[in-house]
Amino acid sequence: METAAGVEACLPIRSDMDLVWVRQHVRQAAAQLGFGLVDQTKLVTAASELARNTLVHGGGGRMEAAHVVRGRVNGLRLAFADDGPGIPDLDRALTDGYTSGDGLGMGLGGARRLVHEFAIDSAPGAGTTVTVTSWAVRPPHPREVV
Amino acid sequence: MTHGFPPPATGHVPVLRLGDVLLVTLQGDLHDSAAEQLQQDIGEAITRNRAAGVVIDLTGVEIVDSFLGRVLAEIAAKARLLAAETVVAGMRPAVAITMVELGLYLPGLRTALSTEDAMRLVGGGYADTVARPGGRRPGSP
Amino acid sequence: MPEYGAAGQGGSPAREVGEFLLRRRERIAQRWADETLFRTVFTVSREEAVEAGRAVVEALAQVAGADRSADPEAPGFLVVRDQLARIGSARTRTGVTPSQVSNDVDALRPPTVDLLVADLPDAAPEAVREATNVLTVLMGTLRLVVMETALSEGQALIDRQRLQLMEVATPVIKLWDGIVAVPLIGTLDSARSQIVMETLLEAVVDQQARFAILDITGVPTVDSLVAQHLMKTVAAARLMGAECVVSGIRPAIAQTIVHLGLDLGTVVTRASLADALGYALRKLGTDIVTEASHGAGER
Repeated sequence: METAAGVEACLPIRSDMDLVWVRQHVRQAAAQLGFGLVDQTKLVTAASELARNTLVHGGGGRMEAAHVVRGRVNGLRLAFADDGPGIPDLDRALTDGYTSGDGLGMGLGGARRLVHEFAIDSAPGAGTTVTVTSWAVRPPHPREVV
Repeated sequence: MTHGFPPPATGHVPVLRLGDVLLVTLQGDLHDSAAEQLQQDIGEAITRNRAAGVVIDLTGVEIVDSFLGRVLAEIAAKARLLAAETVVAGMRPAVAITMVELGLYLPGLRTALSTEDAMRLVGGGYADTVARPGGRRPGSP
Repeated sequence: MPEYGAAGQGGSPAREVGEFLLRRRERIAQRWADETLFRTVFTVSREEAVEAGRAVVEALAQVAGADRSADPEAPGFLVVRDQLARIGSARTRTGVTPSQVSNDVDALRPPTVDLLVADLPDAAPEAVREATNVLTVLMGTLRLVVMETALSEGQALIDRQRLQLMEVATPVIKLWDGIVAVPLIGTLDSARSQIVMETLLEAVVDQQARFAILDITGVPTVDSLVAQHLMKTVAAARLMGAECVVSGIRPAIAQTIVHLGLDLGTVVTRASLADALGYALRKLGTDIVTEASHGAGER
């Protein structure tokens, strides 16, 4: 019924080339689900930050994209998972300015501000999964007739 | 890849010379290593051409994440050490809004609405009319 | 289409109703086309109404055939959900109350039951009653589905109107070449602040405006959230190469800002829209020439 085709995907994150694919997939999926331009941009940027974290700190991993629905609102859920060393101190990792790599320290905390829902699951030695969801809250798109 | 996307722009970004100004036009989705390469190319081009200014045109850029933000900031810092001024031009509203939300204010960068404005800025003229890094600007001429 | 008179040969009452609906869909659709619901929604042609009715009857036949007459979530309804939503919302848009729409749907039941009874002349009274019961339940479910889709359409309409209202309430005015302004009136909440920011920045690009003025004279209160949005707008404008000036901060608001300990830091502020315009003009090198000593005359 819904236009889920082309939204659901599992993409590898192994190189900086893969980051480009992740961004393009998220952009296309968000557009398809009716996200406005600014919200698309926010989600793509968040995905770029998180995918880079997966690559740099988690030693690579994958992103799973899923179409979620709440009432009449479409949402896009992205899960970034790696099997890396995990994050020992989550609170600190979410603080702006904190960085263990070479970024501006915006990674996690910044990405969290760009999405509607943010969850992180990590333990030392057990990898990290960051799951974010955003909702296309302003649907100016006409619904497609099925 | 199973996607029907066009292959992302790889390779290096050309650096054009216009008088004593270098013009760099970023387009589409820039790949990390291309961005790092660009940083190096600009440094070399400034020295080689004794450029007084660098204009980076972002009109065709759809996102600036912290990585690209850092690259832009570093290009500007490096250029400044080589006595050249950097102006970032044509950033799209959606990109600007997202960067602010992300916490990327790029305080050390000068900005302009268009490449034309940017060229005028680095080429002298009304240099003080657009926001200078770090707040208070001198009184009107 | 051949219509076989025989009925009641085995099968559950639900299946029989399903078969009846399919067999008599043309006739039912013709009858429905004359009922208020279809007549008022499909005003272009009767044929259109008949066609819509046929689709709904077929969906009902499928639901009954699957023995899910009491289930509004039955997959059979999915096919006509959009159709029903359009019917429901078209009715409510004309100012008809939801309970009236409910009555309209209910009015489809008697003619359908009549046709059912007429279709089973030789069946035992018991079988007729059972079939009628199933049909009644099925029509009740249809009513639920229409109401549900109509109500959620209503919500979507409210959302759309709210958005339109916010956009209408955010006019961007070109004050001069290179200067745009938004006079804000009324309370700013997070959603509206977002729209203001986007609208203003779009105008900056469209007009190639080096200056953008946010006039908050008409804004009753400024809390920390609104102040934060103002600062974000200023920062985003700067990244684009424009300067954003906030004007019209009334003494009471200035007081609040100081009280809340908000730091508007690098934000350029001016007391009035006129002052902000003067500031921007001077920066653009278009100084205002004052004739003699009264007021600021412009051309």
